[in-house]
Amino acid sequence: MNGVPLAAYLSLGLFMFVTGVVGVMIRRNPIVVFMCIELMLNSVNLTFISFARYSHAAQVSQDAAAHSAMAGQMMVIFVMAVAAAEVAVGLGIIMAIFRLRNNIDIDELNLLKG
Amino acid sequence: MGAQILGVTLTPNLMVFGGLATLSALCAVGVVAFPNAVRSALCLVVNFFLLAFVYFTLNAEMMGITQIVVYTGAIMVLFLFVIMLLNLGAPQALKEKLDFKTPLGLLLGVALFGLVGSQLLPTFVGVTQVQTTGALEAFGSPQAVGRSLFSDYVVPFEAVSILLLVGIVGSILLAKRKI
Amino acid sequence: MAWPAAVQAVVRALLLLLPVLMLVPGLIWWERRLLSWMQDRIGPNRVGPFGLLQPIADGVKLFMKEDITPSAVDRAIYFIAPAVALFPAFAIGGTMPWGPNRWLTPVADVNIGVLYILAISSLGVYGIVLGGYAANNKYSLMGGLRSSAQLISYELAMGMSLACIVLATGSLKMTDMVAAQEGPLWGVVPVIQNWFLFTPYGAISFVIFVICMIAETNRAPFDLPEAENELIAGYHTEYSSMKFAVFFMGEYAAMMLFGGILSCVFLGGHNFVPINWDGLAHSAPALSWVAGVFGNLNYYLAPIWFLGKCAGVITFYIWLRATLPRLRYDQLMNLGWKTLLPLATANFVVVALWILATRLMSESQGQTMGSILGFVAAIIAGSIIYLLWKAIFLSRKGDLLQPRDIDMVKPAVEARTVEMVDPNAGVA
Repeated sequence: MNGVPLAAYLSLGLFMFVTGVVGVMIRRNPIVVFMCIELMLNSVNLTFISFARYSHAAQVSQDAAAHSAMAGQMMVIFVMAVAAAEVAVGLGIIMAIFRLRNNIDIDELNLLKG
Repeated sequence: MGAQILGVTLTPNLMVFGGLATLSALCAVGVVAFPNAVRSALCLVVNFFLLAFVYFTLNAEMMGITQIVVYTGAIMVLFLFVIMLLNLGAPQALKEKLDFKTPLGLLLGVALFGLVGSQLLPTFVGVTQVQTTGALEAFGSPQAVGRSLFSDYVVPFEAVSILLLVGIVGSILLAKRKI
Repeated sequence: MAWPAAVQAVVRALLLLLPVLMLVPGLIWWERRLLSWMQDRIGPNRVGPFGLLQPIADGVKLFMKEDITPSAVDRAIYFIAPAVALFPAFAIGGTMPWGPNRWLTPVADVNIGVLYILAISSLGVYGIVLGGYAANNKYSLMGGLRSSAQLISYELAMGMSLACIVLATGSLKMTDMVAAQEGPLWGVVPVIQNWFLFTPYGAISFVIFVICMIAETNRAPFDLPEAENELIAGYHTEYSSMKFAVFFMGEYAAMMLFGGILSCVFLGGHNFVPINWDGLAHSAPALSWVAGVFGNLNYYLAPIWFLGKCAGVITFYIWLRATLPRLRYDQLMNLGWKTLLPLATANFVVVALWILATRLMSESQGQTMGSILGFVAAIIAGSIIYLLWKAIFLSRKGDLLQPRDIDMVKPAVEARTVEMVDPNAGVA
């Protein structure tokens, strides 16, 4: 959208990323921790797309412009696919843990501590 | 036209973006702040939905609609499903305890925001959109995305499909009681 | 058209939404009357002629009723849920062309039209899940859980069946889909329109789409989320008065707009009958004036034909509700994952082969021959896939809708333990 500087999109992305990081650090519910990871992935997606849109490669060549415009969006597609796989497996793990111990507090999952 | 804020002209476009960005930032805070997992998930749903509109403002309509289909329509429904399933099994909600981690995490978050923001953002101040000409004309159209996905990026695409297959098998193995 | 874009958009949106809003009461009347006719009852016939004003009386009753908010609900989510349920029900028609005039229809002719429909229909689950969660009621929660599982399962098959049509059309735009159906049948017969229902792959996609559509709108026989005799109305158990009316309205609006989408994608959109009037005038000059008259009728009364098709789909919905018993949960999952999804995926392969054969043969043999060979290729590919599928299931020896493995109490066995007294024993 013309009239919006790149820095605005990047700040939004950075804010969402930092919120996700804080969430991963302070929350104890593994599902919420997962959601915060999704938030971080999405902020990265936003950054990819805005860099692709604001690329100045058109000044180099038409070919480079097409390439850089697509590269960002392709990364977003792959990030989405990986996120979907990650969520499916991750929620499966959480369900398995819950079935095993009837408790999913992430701070008490310390069996491997020895 | 319009007022100047930090050297940027206040256009209707900027106001639309400002509204979307403020709402999605608030929802992002809500994800972390709400003690109730369902409310956190709801905030995340709204955040992802608004993010799709942010993608639309970047002319990436294909990515925006994929965002709604994949994140809002599938991943978040899965999250809600699991949260409600666990609620059904264990009525007592997970208590979030306030301890030293909360202020420490907030402090670290602010520090991260300040550090990355102060080091990276100044580099990009003043970068504006180039005029849409030639190759950028069809920036986010499904045709352009599809052509690129099945020509230059076909090997990563196949790799991702194998990853998804492994994910399916893995989640079935984890979720099934006996095979 | 010199109007500003925003005004145009508002006019288009109102032209779509107002008829839907006004037709919902008529729909409720039609459902009640038709259902009672099918069940050999009379149905509402007291208020107005043929009971036509009954929905208005019902509406007044619902508005005047006391709006009860149970004390244990999650208040914020409880109030948001009906609105969340209503939004996708109305928004789903956003890319649906309901007439030939591109200035008025659809609301937005975007190049991601089909994906938009999938995206919005996937949002439909939130209203139900949130309503079920917020009510803080065991049965409501189970209704919400069932609904989320059901909608996710059937969305996949729905997406695959639409993908077949997208592949055949070569575009994600809804208007392009309707335009593609105005071409000659199978690329060969110029007089008949190529409605996707008449193509072999389109017919299979149509069946899959209809089943998924019914599941997505939570109608019988897929109304498990609100099964009244197991879940006492499921997710809207705790809702009363206005909020219940909003849920109800959303369901009917979604039914109607899904009917419109079905007509757009498979039934030729706003065309009355599958006859290409221009093609008819071309091939039979003696009939050219008839063709001209009907062509004009077809063009200028297009919204009426479209509405007629929607009404037909809704009648089908009601017919199904009167005919079929509700599926069990495991049957529902088996049907979605093990039958519809593989079938839709196989169909996708068939469409791809059809297009490939048509293109290859058209280059060497000409247009007509290419189309015929494409048709043959699709039939052969379809039969091979069907046989493979059959072989897989025959090797597993079981019906697709399997009975549950539980120890049923066998009445015959139980009865044998009871001493039977023959009433005729002492007589003869």
